[in-house]
Amino acid sequence: MIKSYKFRRHLANTFIYLFLIVMGIIWVSPFVYLVMHSFRGEGLIAVDYLIPKQWTLQNYIDLFTGAGGNAALNFPRWFLNTFIVACFSCVISTISVLMVSYAFSRLRFKARKKFMNVGMILGMFPGFMTMIAIYYLLKAMGLTQTLVALVICYSCGAGLGFQISKGFFDTIPRALDEAATIDGATKNQIFWKIILPMSKPIVVYTVLTSFIGPWTDFILAKIIMGDNRPYYTVAIGLQLMQSADFINTYYKQFLAGSVVVAVPITILFLMMQKYYVEGVTAGGVKG
Amino acid sequence: MTYVEYKQLNPFQRFAHNLKKFIVNAPRAIANFFKAVGRAIVKFFTGIGKGFKNYGVTFVKGDWATKLSYLIFGIGDIHKGKYYKGILFFLTEVLYVLYMVFFGWTYLRDFTTLGTVETHMEFVNGVIPKTVYGDNSMLILLYSVLSIVITVVVFAVYIANIKDAYRHQVMRAEGEKPTSLKQDVKDFLDGKYHITLLSFPVLMIGIFNILPLIFMILIAFTSYDKTHMPPGTLFTWVGLDNFASLFDVVHSARRAKTFIDLTEWTLIWAVVATFSNYILGMIFALMINKKGIKLKALWRTLFVITIAVPQFVSLLLMNQMLQTNGAVNVLLSEITKQDVQIQFFNTSAFMARMTVIIVNCWVGIPYTILSMSGILMNIPEDLYESARIDGAGPVKTFTKITLPYMIFVTTPQLITQFVGNINNFNVIYLLTGGGPTTEQYYQAGQTDILVTWLFNLTMNSQDYGLAAAIGILVFIVCATLSLIVYNSSKSMKDEEAFS
Repeated sequence: MIKSYKFRRHLANTFIYLFLIVMGIIWVSPFVYLVMHSFRGEGLIAVDYLIPKQWTLQNYIDLFTGAGGNAALNFPRWFLNTFIVACFSCVISTISVLMVSYAFSRLRFKARKKFMNVGMILGMFPGFMTMIAIYYLLKAMGLTQTLVALVICYSCGAGLGFQISKGFFDTIPRALDEAATIDGATKNQIFWKIILPMSKPIVVYTVLTSFIGPWTDFILAKIIMGDNRPYYTVAIGLQLMQSADFINTYYKQFLAGSVVVAVPITILFLMMQKYYVEGVTAGGVKG
Repeated sequence: MTYVEYKQLNPFQRFAHNLKKFIVNAPRAIANFFKAVGRAIVKFFTGIGKGFKNYGVTFVKGDWATKLSYLIFGIGDIHKGKYYKGILFFLTEVLYVLYMVFFGWTYLRDFTTLGTVETHMEFVNGVIPKTVYGDNSMLILLYSVLSIVITVVVFAVYIANIKDAYRHQVMRAEGEKPTSLKQDVKDFLDGKYHITLLSFPVLMIGIFNILPLIFMILIAFTSYDKTHMPPGTLFTWVGLDNFASLFDVVHSARRAKTFIDLTEWTLIWAVVATFSNYILGMIFALMINKKGIKLKALWRTLFVITIAVPQFVSLLLMNQMLQTNGAVNVLLSEITKQDVQIQFFNTSAFMARMTVIIVNCWVGIPYTILSMSGILMNIPEDLYESARIDGAGPVKTFTKITLPYMIFVTTPQLITQFVGNINNFNVIYLLTGGGPTTEQYYQAGQTDILVTWLFNLTMNSQDYGLAAAIGILVFIVCATLSLIVYNSSKSMKDEEAFS
């Protein structure tokens, strides 16, 4: 009886391992294909075999030196644009998210519930319904097709994403606040000297998500930048490379560019994975 | 059903029971929702009534400075020695008047017609042609909305100014001195800290979320499209015409058909995408987290890479790999030694839709794995221990502890995901671009969902009015769903034992 139970468990585990291995291969193989073919030397577009025959760094060199015959497709410039936008919007969004979530979590004021509900309802509108209006608003300010416009767009709504960090702040015992208040600390001091130092995970999480945002956003950048190719971010730039006009000369550069963007983002994400899980589950339980 | 009976059900029956309860209660929940809205409106109007009363009472009781504050902002405060605040109030009024006279009113007066003078040609001296720009309906609408919002804000400042003047009058009557600037700054870092923290984010959200939102909601009631395009031509108010054209199968048959078909597909898509990800993701997570499976971190990381890689990269890559000569067909050709050329996106609508759903599993399952793993790790170990002591086997612990716990914790998430899938722009747009194309639809392909159609309407055919109308409809569906679930999940949380 005991033996057969053990046997059954082994069988089940073997089956699970097999399943996981097969699924793991299915999940990862597209990226393996991407990386392999970004080093491919021969051919221009897709080829009818899976393993490249010549290996080369030429695609990456072309990508960063702007070879390929079209000056408008300037990947280093796009990379720099995205980096600048990401840095600025990261700072602004982090500050506003933390401010809003601290206020909702720790301070008690008259319209608190109302503000939170309005925030929730605003989050339910399809995001790009407003984009046309934002576009005209920015146009009226003379800001369309500039990086400033992108920074504004990425960071202005950030305050609405307060739920996860509010959930985190809620878990910090209130007794700490009360003790500090008795010792004469103001709310401002409590925020900077007690809550923030204890919230390192959520600060890291907020910083990383808002930094990653501009690298992965596609639609907003496209609407704001229109045909102003020098100011593109990497996402719309790569989509441009992959469009019918350019795919024949830029296919391999598109693959190389995807790798260049994906690798740092992947590393950042894996670093913050732990915080992501904490954030999602904290938010999930709270509903 | 009593509590004891409920506890004796197995998790699936419980889930079915809850689902039934949810569906049965949905009408009442909706009714309650509207009742709550009604109550809120009543409360709002009684609030206004009370406001008017206070407004009058304060005027009667006020001294000359307070009374003058009804006309000139800040006089009351300056008179009572609260100089900086009074000056700020006064400056607000001056700026507002200047803004309205020189800018706001020139647009606001055309708000009802959205402009009457069209751009046309004139001949200087009867010979030289010259373009004369007329009214720009778009700018009129935009700046009118801006002016109205500013007016509302200034009105709030006006009321605050009166209240403050009266408060200082009372303080003086009681022999108190107004607080100094230094004390006020201190107060903004402590008692009124929420104002300091929230004012900047609220300002940003107001300008870049609420203002555009009001603007777009208004656009849905105008004739803004490519034949009514400022600055060349004017557009005007058309009432509910845009909404009507989505349901009118007689006069705008093609639009109505597109709308009805796309709504159907959007709902199918949202249901299938949500549940496939949820169920498959749960199975994956259970396997990875099963006791005795080694290298848990490795397996998780393998799957999580799909999330980590920017979505546009993985979706554009998938788009390339699923082309006629893409990697998937190459792989199949090498395995079968035949020339396989499956058309994933170009010919059959059914094929394209299936492909989208499967690729979405590839994209979405890792999210479920990630959150489920977190939840699985959070199940208190002593629950299992006591179950083992009571003699429960692995199957029993699974059906009695693990599954109910997971379903309980993740139900709100399920709804969030459902709403997210209704709005899932990236997967459809980057993967198929809406294709395969069809002549039957207006500006949409057969895998387009409502939001991608909305995008096409604004970007390609400039049917702004129609697009805004669709946006409002999508919002109503999403918001109702979220609010009902939000309310019922709160009550659920109070009843259940796990939280």
